[in-house]
Amino acid sequence: MSEPIVAIRNVSKKFPGGVIAVDDVSIDIAQNEFFALLGPSGCGKTTLLRMISGLETPTSGQIIIGGEDMALTPPNKRPTNMVFQSYAVFPHMTVAQNVAYGLKVTGVESSEIKRRVAEGLEMVKLTALADRKPDQMSGGQRQRVALARALVKRPKVLLLDEPLSALDAKLRDDMRMELTRLQETVGITFIIVTHDQDEALSMASRIAVMEKGAVQQIATPSELYEHPRNRFVADFIGKVNLIDATVLGQKGRSISCDAKGLGKIEIASDKAVGSSVSIAVRPEKLRISKGRPENKSVVKLEGTVRDVAYYGDTSHVVIEGKDGLNLSVNVQNDTRLGGAGVERGQKVWVQWAPEDSIILTE
Amino acid sequence: MAAQLKPGQGPLDYGSRLWLKILFGLIFFLLYAPIITLVAFSFNTDKRGIVWRGFTLDNYSKAWNNASLIEALTNSLVIAFLATLIATVLGALVALMLWRFRFPFKGGYEGFMALPIVIPEICMGVALLLFFVNSGMMDFFVAMPWPLNLGNIVIAHVSFCFPFVAVVVRSRLVGFNRQLEEASKDLGASEWQTFWSIIVPYMKPGLIAGALLAFTLSLDDFVITFFTSGPETVTFPVKVYSLVRRGVSPEINAASTVLIVITVVATVLAMKLQAPPKPRKG
Repeated sequence: MSEPIVAIRNVSKKFPGGVIAVDDVSIDIAQNEFFALLGPSGCGKTTLLRMISGLETPTSGQIIIGGEDMALTPPNKRPTNMVFQSYAVFPHMTVAQNVAYGLKVTGVESSEIKRRVAEGLEMVKLTALADRKPDQMSGGQRQRVALARALVKRPKVLLLDEPLSALDAKLRDDMRMELTRLQETVGITFIIVTHDQDEALSMASRIAVMEKGAVQQIATPSELYEHPRNRFVADFIGKVNLIDATVLGQKGRSISCDAKGLGKIEIASDKAVGSSVSIAVRPEKLRISKGRPENKSVVKLEGTVRDVAYYGDTSHVVIEGKDGLNLSVNVQNDTRLGGAGVERGQKVWVQWAPEDSIILTE
Repeated sequence: MAAQLKPGQGPLDYGSRLWLKILFGLIFFLLYAPIITLVAFSFNTDKRGIVWRGFTLDNYSKAWNNASLIEALTNSLVIAFLATLIATVLGALVALMLWRFRFPFKGGYEGFMALPIVIPEICMGVALLLFFVNSGMMDFFVAMPWPLNLGNIVIAHVSFCFPFVAVVVRSRLVGFNRQLEEASKDLGASEWQTFWSIIVPYMKPGLIAGALLAFTLSLDDFVITFFTSGPETVTFPVKVYSLVRRGVSPEINAASTVLIVITVVATVLAMKLQAPPKPRKG
């Protein structure tokens, strides 16, 4: 990675009363990245974003933006701009006045302001509404105002706090594409905070998963999904079947273990592992068959269908095996007939390729 | 079969019940008949203003040409204007402080600040009189030329007007979205720029409402003014009182009507500005 545009070095934030919101976080964010801070509510992601913007001061650690330590730089002097969760569009100003505000207070020339406001409104397709007041606009439009207002300042980094959470489902999809498009056209680093894994996976180039103030993993979306580092990440990103297992021995690049409900199985793993692990398998990697699978190399077990939930494009089937092991299986409904093709109470076999299993030790 | 309801018999059709209408009319009559009479008799030709004899505007011109009445009215307006100005600034600052900061005994101070709203005016008047006399301020101001000789009355009016402004502005500030302030700073504005271009415009309806409230309160105050004015200074309510003791003349009716109009207009404006914003679309 070349010189990071934002470098967060061992940053912690302790609130009065002893709550540790952010705990020794270090992240490097590269120029032009679409970076997501993902985690459940209360994990410290918004606090971290506010510390980057300067609205919150770290208790310890360093925040470096564009090579400069920001410790003594107030928010109005930082090369960052923020799109707030409530949008925070100024109610007593028109759309154009809102967009012009950030330029006006920093003494930009009025002809330059005019030009950049027009450009900014064009970018978010609000030119026609320039003279409207915010209370005559929808949530989606107000968000565009907030976006334009931040972008005309030409920050090095744009910070977005839960930008899609207040929009309805249809609008959210449009806005998601719009944000990706904007990020590509303006070429500014975006840092987005979200609790919605779909949002992060579909937009971000890299994601930091946070829990209880600490970063659990930083990776690309597919890496996070297919190679989660621990149980929390595996469970938080997408759905997962977690099977407890005891390691019996390690032979070269594979381990043999005694898994709950599966008996003795062998799984490839190049990591040195302890005695107790979790085997994680994504529901869509599992296959259901009526008869015993003939392929010797697959992991297989027999079970009873406990539940079938129909979702249109997929059906989610829960199968109960031995020892109370419950497995979720996602079945693509790829023909118009039959859905998942199984019924509650039916005896079926479940199989998956051993290489689709993830060994988790933490 | 469901029973058919006649109009007015529905459980919530209070407005169309006859006895309620009568009660409503009666209350309004008792509340407003005296005022309407006062206004009507300001157009009366009768000298003593007891019997209706015919329409005229003479009373208004007579009131206008009555120098002492006009002097009292001018005094009242000057006092109200100055007291409103000072009370609005002070009240707004108090409201901002209570909204923005945390400090020891904040709850106690907040209650104490609102005391002039609830304290009986007569007590307030006596207290202020004693304060002015004992501190020598009474003699000091009375010796001053006009309009500085109104100083003690202005101070007295400010002291009972500013809590009203503070309460109104404070309740307005409660609804302020702190993210607006953060957004302003994030966009590059300093504290001072943020205060003037984001917070003050937000407070504005509260400031105007509070100021108009202070203006009307100051303009028609009698008790406190009576106690705190020097022997030579007369305000409009005090003047009217002294005239009425010698019998009601249509002139006073005319002057009072003017005062009512000023007060009503101010109050209506204040209420308009305090009304919640129209519901948002979408």
